[in-house]
Amino acid sequence: MKTNLKKIREKVIESVLMLSSVTTSITVILIVFFLFIEGAGVFSRKPIDDGFLLAVAPSNSVQKLSPAQVKDVYDQKIKNWKEVGGADLPIVLFRTSDISDYYTDEELGENFENFPQKINELITKTPGIIAFFSETYKAKQFVGKELDIDKITISKFLSGEEWFPTAQPIAQMGVKPLIYGTLWVSFGAILIALPIGLAAAIYLSEIAKKKTRNLLKPLIELLAGIPSVVYGFFGLVIIVPLIQSTFNLPVGETALAGSVVLAIMALPTIITISEDAMRNTPRAMKEASLALGASQWQTIYKVVVPYSASGITAGAILGIGRAIGETMAVLMVTGNAAVIPHSFLAPVRTIPATIAAELGEAPNGGLHYEALFALGCILFIITFGINMLVEMVTNRKSHKKH
Amino acid sequence: MSTEKKLANKKRRNQNIAFGLFTGISYSVVGLLFVILAFIVVKGIGVISWEFISAMPKEGMTAGGIFPAIVGTLCLVLVSMVFAFPVGVFAAIYMNEYVKDGWVKKIIKQMTNNLAGVPSIVFGLFGMSLFVNKLGFGDSILAGGLTLGLLVLPVVIRTTEESLKAVENTFRQASLGLGASKWQTTRNVVFPIAFPNIITGLILSIGRVSGETAPILFTVAAYFLPKLPTSIFDQAMALPYHLYVISTSGTNIEASRAMAYGTALVLIVIVLISNLLANKLRKHFGKKVKMN
Repeated sequence: MKTNLKKIREKVIESVLMLSSVTTSITVILIVFFLFIEGAGVFSRKPIDDGFLLAVAPSNSVQKLSPAQVKDVYDQKIKNWKEVGGADLPIVLFRTSDISDYYTDEELGENFENFPQKINELITKTPGIIAFFSETYKAKQFVGKELDIDKITISKFLSGEEWFPTAQPIAQMGVKPLIYGTLWVSFGAILIALPIGLAAAIYLSEIAKKKTRNLLKPLIELLAGIPSVVYGFFGLVIIVPLIQSTFNLPVGETALAGSVVLAIMALPTIITISEDAMRNTPRAMKEASLALGASQWQTIYKVVVPYSASGITAGAILGIGRAIGETMAVLMVTGNAAVIPHSFLAPVRTIPATIAAELGEAPNGGLHYEALFALGCILFIITFGINMLVEMVTNRKSHKKH
Repeated sequence: MSTEKKLANKKRRNQNIAFGLFTGISYSVVGLLFVILAFIVVKGIGVISWEFISAMPKEGMTAGGIFPAIVGTLCLVLVSMVFAFPVGVFAAIYMNEYVKDGWVKKIIKQMTNNLAGVPSIVFGLFGMSLFVNKLGFGDSILAGGLTLGLLVLPVVIRTTEESLKAVENTFRQASLGLGASKWQTTRNVVFPIAFPNIITGLILSIGRVSGETAPILFTVAAYFLPKLPTSIFDQAMALPYHLYVISTSGTNIEASRAMAYGTALVLIVIVLISNLLANKLRKHFGKKVKMN
């Protein structure tokens, strides 16, 4: 009886332990699930605010406009219907607030009850009109022609070059500038951090005395412990003004500032992983090289570095992964201009920074909110891919060893 | 003869240049750490006073203190650890003491690695969508603490696993040989030996949690809330978020700069103390375990 109880207790404890150990797996699955459920919503929507419509005169031959065209029309970059395949007719813009240009308050009625009818009137008498208004103002017998607006597709989302998620009348959801911004800043960071990190790793593993190494290594690891918001703050008050004055720029918040800050943050990762890889070089190989008359330096770059190449690669890739996902520091120093970067000395905006800056203002469940979750999905996929890559690189190495 | 000598000289010169360069670079990296720390300490130390630590923010966060942010961060650390510490330790015990090598272990390990690689802003999105919206916790310490707890779970698991691995197998065999069950062995023999190292992991996680900003942006953090939280369903201020707010979007950025330096200093002191403490403990107990 007692042994039975003990057995049951052991089983119960084992299941509790097992449950705990699958928490991480469940979390990963839940993250994927929630991210993709919320993010996928954006692809079944039209990039126009719920309950609003765009309409033209019935005589207008234009059936639909792309989001970019609508934006150009409302920015008055496109001024004539013939530019978008219609008749030669100047475009007359109309937003709800413009109604007072055409009608007095009395004509509209106290509670705007005549609004729908007046819009009908306006559309009939202005053949070149494009009207953006709420569906509550759409008359029962609406005379205008509602413009067809394409749903957002994955390919348009990825290839679109404009990111104005709250633009009226049509939101511009193109993540290309954000993806490019993220990659620019991250690769810039690795370009700076890799040579420095490699040099420090070589010093720590091959040149420094044991005592120096034991002193320096924990200090370098301490760099990894500093919170990213502190790096951001440091970048904001030191690196940004420095870049501004060095390059004589109007603003110092640039891709370069982001890269420098990220490089500092990526250093501990690169140094620790590369150093571990170098220290794993078999002693026999090094001694063989030295015995052949090679200097210590020749041994390092002909034997140690090639031997630990996969470890160094893993460190570099991991560094890029960290840089791509980093949020706060980048948000604080890159200036956050959502344009496709053309220079390291111009402001850029990364995917994580966009999420952090905009989610607070995006209404729950709205188009913008879902678009930001879709950005989260992209980020998740990129970092996940990078982790897999690291895994592959390090696994290949361990196979080689055996 | 002379060409050989020349060659040898060149070799030596190259080596000296390379080594000098690498030494210089390494010390510069360490120097960078000291520059960052010194900068924040020098600029922030003048701001630190009893009032700064213990008072509410005043006048659009340009004066007063950061007390609610400190309390908020402590609450977040507490909630996240209450969740992550037991779950992480149990998970590590299962992985190290119970499950046999095989595909189950491989998958769990892989998933833990994957979780560790998820960017912190994605945790923020996830926490918002699951805890804040789906489970209806709202912006609260509970939602933020759980999000942070999930974020550090891989850290707790990894450090605990390492501590358990360091326990020699002879201890387990001796205990099992005396007729103790697996759980009895784990609880009474393995766990006590590994415990000091496990605590090191806990302290490291505390440092990590107190510095994270992105996961709490949308799950708990309040821009300005001059009162202390009364329950885990309240919103709260937090140190890292407070630093972000007053250095980028405060009502008067120039006037609140001094407050920002002070906040950065307090934050960095908390994080560095936990890191150094963990390091010290690891060394201290590392010796002790070996002596056993």
